[in-house]
Amino acid sequence: MAKAALDALSAWAVPLLLAGIPLYALTRRVKVYPAFLEGAKAGFETGVRIIPPLVAVMVALGMLRASGALDALADLLAPVLGPLGVPASVLPLVVIRPMSGGGALGVVGDVLRSDGPDSYAGRLASVMCGSTETTFYVLAVYFGAAGVTRYRHALPAALLADLAGMAAALVVVRLLFGG
Amino acid sequence: MGVLWTLLLAASVVAAAVNGRMAALTGAAAESAGKAVTVSLGLVGLLTLWLGLMRVAEEAGLVAALARAVRPVLRRLFPEVPADHPAMGSMVLNIAANLLGLGNAATPFGVRSMQELEALNPRKGTATDAQALFCAMNTASLQLVPASVIALRAGAGSRAPAEILGATLVASACGVVVAVAVSKLLARAARPAGEG
Repeated sequence: MAKAALDALSAWAVPLLLAGIPLYALTRRVKVYPAFLEGAKAGFETGVRIIPPLVAVMVALGMLRASGALDALADLLAPVLGPLGVPASVLPLVVIRPMSGGGALGVVGDVLRSDGPDSYAGRLASVMCGSTETTFYVLAVYFGAAGVTRYRHALPAALLADLAGMAAALVVVRLLFGG
Repeated sequence: MGVLWTLLLAASVVAAAVNGRMAALTGAAAESAGKAVTVSLGLVGLLTLWLGLMRVAEEAGLVAALARAVRPVLRRLFPEVPADHPAMGSMVLNIAANLLGLGNAATPFGVRSMQELEALNPRKGTATDAQALFCAMNTASLQLVPASVIALRAGAGSRAPAEILGATLVASACGVVVAVAVSKLLARAARPAGEG
């Protein structure tokens, strides 16, 4: 029931906005089409401006992944995170989640296949992935669009938030479903 | 960012040397660069569409009305942003789109928010407290429904693909609370004496 309502909401939300906003604007006598093109032009220029910072960040992270440094980092974390209840199959997720959205979904897929989606590891990986974001990508896009190159405390704050989300996932999954 | 970026590149080369994977680096660099452009081009379309639509909503007075409705909350989070500044409207749209799971629309609104916050920035190119906080909130995943994970679970034959919803919500909320708390604390710590 709740799921059906959610599915309906996500199916209807965007089409309704796309039709509803111009319709409402027409009743307010807005020149709808010129307004759209004006905003769209700024959006397009922003999109092009994002490309260089995104290439810079994604190349660095792609090389880091290919170099094996991330696997080494996961191995390094294993003795700490293992006793805390992070299964070996979920470990790579902790390292890769902030760096690559596609990579993280790949790890979750592997865990779901190897341990089963309704296992402890499967649920933990799902919740960890769903409750965090691809931090480096978001920062590159957001700061890149604004032309900001000095992030100050944004990166540590964002990474600590990821860590907190994952730690919370660990606790909540154990409480709700049992270890 | 320059230091971190250089360190990431250097660390990759060192690690590749240790692991004997140097040959893979060249390919990875080229492949990542291409992927970054593919991802960006997808974003270009979304940015063009949603920021065009947002302009229509702005001229109709919809964005200002929405911003007024949630002003009390946002003012507390972003005290340095004037209450009637356009950045407020964009941030409200970003947060609303995130909560509704409209990831496609959330990014354009977030990008616009950052640009409008930059207009208030006295030191262009260096993140303000508001920008850092706004980014941290977005990286902490405000979305209520992790659609891609649920789809993966369904594909893997889960008996209840969406059963992780509640747990994800709680974990996301923890992340957002920490993002806000750490941003506020670090902003205070990083501010030179005599300012603010």
